[in-house]
Amino acid sequence: MRILIASLLIGTAGVALAQDQPGDVPELVGGSVKTAQAIAVPVLPSGDSTGRQIAEVIASDLRATGLFTPLGPSGVPTYSQAEAGNPAYPQWRSAGVAALVSGYVEPRPDGRMTVACYLHDVTAGRQLAQQGFAVAANDWRRAAHKCAVMVYSRLSGQQPYLDTKIVYVAETGPKNNRVKRVALMDSDGSNHRYLTIGRSTVVTPRFSPNGSKLVYTAYIGRRPRVLLYDVASGSERLLIPGNHITFAPRFSPDGRDVVFSMADGGNTDIYIVSASGGEPRRLSATPGADTSPSFSPDGRQIVFESDRSGTQQLYVMNRDGSGQRRISFGGGRYASPVWSPTGNMIAFTKIAGPFRIGVMNAGGGGERILTDGWQDEGPSWAPNGQFVMFHRTQQGSGTARLYAVPVGGGSARLMPTPVGGSDPSWSPLNN
Amino acid sequence: MKKSILIGMTTVALTLGACGQKTPPAEIPPVEQPPAADANSTDPNSLEVVELPALQADLVAKAGSDTIYFGTDKYDLDEASRATLTAQAQWLIANPNVRASIEGHADERGTREYNQALGERRASAARDFLVSQGVPTSRLVVTSWGKERPVALGSNEEAWAQNRRAATVVIR
Repeated sequence: MRILIASLLIGTAGVALAQDQPGDVPELVGGSVKTAQAIAVPVLPSGDSTGRQIAEVIASDLRATGLFTPLGPSGVPTYSQAEAGNPAYPQWRSAGVAALVSGYVEPRPDGRMTVACYLHDVTAGRQLAQQGFAVAANDWRRAAHKCAVMVYSRLSGQQPYLDTKIVYVAETGPKNNRVKRVALMDSDGSNHRYLTIGRSTVVTPRFSPNGSKLVYTAYIGRRPRVLLYDVASGSERLLIPGNHITFAPRFSPDGRDVVFSMADGGNTDIYIVSASGGEPRRLSATPGADTSPSFSPDGRQIVFESDRSGTQQLYVMNRDGSGQRRISFGGGRYASPVWSPTGNMIAFTKIAGPFRIGVMNAGGGGERILTDGWQDEGPSWAPNGQFVMFHRTQQGSGTARLYAVPVGGGSARLMPTPVGGSDPSWSPLNN
Repeated sequence: MKKSILIGMTTVALTLGACGQKTPPAEIPPVEQPPAADANSTDPNSLEVVELPALQADLVAKAGSDTIYFGTDKYDLDEASRATLTAQAQWLIANPNVRASIEGHADERGTREYNQALGERRASAARDFLVSQGVPTSRLVVTSWGKERPVALGSNEEAWAQNRRAATVVIR
C-alpha cells in the first residue's frame, strides 16, 4: 500500500481528531499510516516513575508529528515487562486499539538503564519493530525520542525530526526595546538554553551541517555582522574581518563555506567565504537587493531573493554565481527562500497583503501556500523535509512565536518555547 | 593592542548538559576606547562605537531634526528630507571633531533580510546627500538596523511611517 503521507488531511480546519470507537478502528495496513493513526502508549513497566515519563514523551513526540492520535499513557491498560514484546493482541483488539507502543525500563549493572521499545500492529497481531537503548539513568528522554523515531520511521518510511535540535532567536521585552538572544533547545522544547546574553541584537542563527557551529548576524558597533559560533566552546568570531555590513549567512551542505549578503553604497549582493576565514568572493553583482541565499542539498546551486526586476522575486544560480534565473512568477512578492533537504522543493515567504509561508517545486511552479497568518515569515525545513518551521508575528504587539506546518497540508502548530521567538533553524538529524 | 580573539562580548560560559538552566552571565563592561584599526581582526570587541549624547542633542537643536523619513519600500529623499540633511551637514561641518553614523531603518511590513538591505539603501542615500553638501566621506559611516529598532509600536500606517527612517547619530 502506498504511503500516503503527502495527502493526509492533518488537522484540517483545526478539527479535533476524533477518538475511534470500538468497531471503527482505523486500519494500520501493511505497516503504513493511512490516516491520523490512533496509537496506544501505555506506561512502560519500570521500577519508578521513569516508565510513565518515557511514555509521556513518546506520546507527545508522536502527537507533534501530526500523524498520530496517541492514547495514553493515562487511561490505557498497562502490562508486565514479560508482555512488552509479546502482548495479548486479542485483548488489545477488544479494547479498540489498532496500534501499540510498548516497552520496559530495566537497570543495568553498570549504573545505566536499558529502555526497550516495541511497535505492534495489533489488528494483524504482529510486532513491526523493536529496539533497545542503553542510556544513562538521567538520559531517559533521549531513549523516549529514539523510540518515537522508530515508530514514526517504521510507519511512514521517513526519518522524523524528533531527535533533533532547534536554534532560534528568543525574544523578550517591548517592541521598541526588544532583547534578542540565540537559544538552543530539543525539538520538543526541552533542554532549553541561551547561547548569547542579549547585549547585542542577534538574528537569523543557522546550524552548520554537522551541528557543531552556528552562523548568525549580530549588531556590533552599530552594524550587522556575520559571526561564527562554536557550540561546544561558546566562542564566537567575526567571519568576515573588516568593517563591512554583512548579514543573511548560511552554510554550504559540506560545511566548508558560508554564503551571505554584503551591503555597500546602497547595493546588496551575495558573497561566499570559506568557513575557516579568508577573502569573500562575490557571486551576484546586480543593482538589486540580493539576499537570503540558501544552498541546494547537493551543494551545486543557490536560491536567493532579488528585487532586480522591481519587486522581490526568487532566483536560482550555480554556486559560482553563473546561470542566474528567476523561478517565481505568481502574483505578489517572494522572499526568504530555503531549499528543502530532499532537494525537490523550495519554501519561501509570499507577500501579497499578508505574509504567508509557501512551497514551490525547485524548478519553479507548483506553488502551494501553507499558512494563513497576518505575518508568517522566515521558513526553515525539518531535516526529513516533511515540516516547515517559521515565525508568526502578532499584529500590534509585534510578539513572534515559532510554528511548524506539515508540508503536505494541515494546521500550523505552536512550537514549545519558553518566551517569544523568531528565525528558527532546525539542526541536522541526530545520529 | 590586540584583544583576545576568544573573548566575544556576547558569549556565555556554558555547562554542557545544563538542562534548561540559564546561568546569569557576568556583565561585560562597555568598551570606552575608539575602535581598533586592525582591519583583519576577528574579535568582535574591536568594533565598538561610542555615541555622544550631548552633541546629539545639539545637532537636533541646531539642525531641527536628526531623522528623515521615507515612503513604503522607498529610499529616495523628498524635499523635507533634503532640507533636514542640509542643516545637518552644516552642523557637521561646524563640528569637525566628531563623526556620524547614518542609520537606516525599515518598518515591520517587510521580511527581515530584505529590510536590512533596504535600511542600508536609505542610509546610503542620506550619506551621499551629506557628502554632496560638503561633509567629508571619512567622517560618515553607514549602517542598517533593518526592522530591528522600531520607535513606534503600532501595526498601522502611522507607526510604520515613523519607523521608515534614517537617523544621523553623532559618534566619536
